[in-house]
Amino acid sequence: MENSALNIVVLVKYVPDAQFDRHLTGDAHTIDRSESILSELDEYALEAALALTDARGGAKAGNVVTALTLGPASAAAAVKKSLQIGATQGLHVTDDALAGSDASATSLALAAAIKTLGPVDLVITGMASTDGETSLIPAQLAARLGLAQLTFASELEVEGGTVTARRDGDDYSEEIEASLPALVSVTDQANEPRYPNFKGIIAAKKKKVTTVSLADLGLAASAVGAEGSLTTVSAAAERPARTAGTIITDSGDAGIQLVDFLAAQKLI
Amino acid sequence: MTAIVVYIDQLDAPGKLSTTVGQLLTLARGAGEPVAVVAGPASAALLAELGAYGVARVLHSEQAELGEYLVAPKADLVAQAAAAVSASAVLVDNSPAGKEIAARAGVALNAGVITDAVAVTYDGGTLVAHKSVLAGSYTVQARATSAVAVISVKAHSVEASLAAEAVIPAVEAVEVAFAPASLAARVTKRTPRAASGRPELEDARIIVAGGRGLDGDFTPVEELADVLGAAVGASRAATDAGWISHASQVGQTGKKVSPQLYISVGISGAIQQKAGMQTSKLIVAVNKDAESPIFEIADFGIVGDLFKILPQAVEEIKKRRA
Repeated sequence: MENSALNIVVLVKYVPDAQFDRHLTGDAHTIDRSESILSELDEYALEAALALTDARGGAKAGNVVTALTLGPASAAAAVKKSLQIGATQGLHVTDDALAGSDASATSLALAAAIKTLGPVDLVITGMASTDGETSLIPAQLAARLGLAQLTFASELEVEGGTVTARRDGDDYSEEIEASLPALVSVTDQANEPRYPNFKGIIAAKKKKVTTVSLADLGLAASAVGAEGSLTTVSAAAERPARTAGTIITDSGDAGIQLVDFLAAQKLI
Repeated sequence: MTAIVVYIDQLDAPGKLSTTVGQLLTLARGAGEPVAVVAGPASAALLAELGAYGVARVLHSEQAELGEYLVAPKADLVAQAAAAVSASAVLVDNSPAGKEIAARAGVALNAGVITDAVAVTYDGGTLVAHKSVLAGSYTVQARATSAVAVISVKAHSVEASLAAEAVIPAVEAVEVAFAPASLAARVTKRTPRAASGRPELEDARIIVAGGRGLDGDFTPVEELADVLGAAVGASRAATDAGWISHASQVGQTGKKVSPQLYISVGISGAIQQKAGMQTSKLIVAVNKDAESPIFEIADFGIVGDLFKILPQAVEEIKKRRA
């Protein structure tokens, strides 16, 4: 039992690249998903999984890291990148009816997808997606799957059948412990994600990606998407872009000019 | 009148109501009948304060599991209490734990969950949450379509105000039936983090934040913050380097703040940093590199040496006040 092979699911999301302007579109104010990439915060989740399985002999020793995504056909790119980085296999939940799903509907479909993988030891996620940024999915998935929830972990260890995590809050740093199986979300403090190398890119081509629809998961179209969601966005307005104000170069009295500015704004 | 549950954590600092909870109670009173759901003791001091906010009904549990396990037992308390009073909405603070309580209570109540609300308004019987999305580039209005709405609300959503007339709350102890999986992640150790004595980032009217340009020495930023009564923030580069606690990080993976004034010092202003501060009312930037992207969003920018400019500003403020 001591450090036997692990079966890990990592959630990977295909999100609009935050380096570009991002937009809401349509009557339902959903996000424009062109120019998308693997959410950078999910790379920490993948790294956490790979570090655990590497320490147990990797795929050869029977460890499995499944990269799971939910999204349109293009979201397969997030799975592909995860396989290049080192995940063992991919699972892509895709169905037109999923469009517009809120956290509730998304966590429902993800829970159903994870159940198709049989008994898993760990579900690992990032601390948030870089598009929705709600951090709701990890807690909702843990609740739906009846898993121990160890979220916002800045350190993660698995020893035998026990998982421990450190969670740094504003007032306390907490040590959390649970028996496997468990769900863990990791922060950007948890590790230093690896990049795909040439060998990984070649190896990824032979890895298996399973694509499933709602019907494959036994879910009705009405349980997800706008119809199955429990929230709606009724209005959206683009905030006017900030523009540069007065920029000066210090010629010896910039500190005083700064104070003048603050005084003019009645801030001192 | 419809019951609006406000979750109140009394496990860490019993007897004291946080400023954010006062704001949540004010919101709840404006939209219905506020019901306080308390994890921990319902002390006389707490009840007097709740009564002053117009809370007529308090449900509380002192079950040890609430503090012994991470988040999930608190969500069970909130969900079961909300069901018991037939609440139409649940309001929680927007801390990581608050958002997770909201998430799990949402599953238990089959309720829509909205996080990061900066304001909550009342429209024909429905609560409308206002929030910023996509790193502050949009503001949206969201609402739950379910019978119950669960909303996590950021600090300063509303000015906290007491009820016109104080009431004496009725207190009920509740016995939460915890789900087995809620008692699975045990908190084995809690280490208090050192308090800085400065305002909290989310509460502060002014924030002075430092980055890579500080080169390991936060003294100039701290001195300016202290003369301004400001909170100290930092970029991820500065917290990763260990120059300052990770709790001070502002940005995509840190705090998202909207103070009256954000003074950015030695921070280039990459997208991850902007995501945490570009909804600030006023932005001042000090950086030696005129090409830094922070100058594209600064209301007042200074290209120069922060180690000269900041001490000069501190001296000038002291002089004007003397």
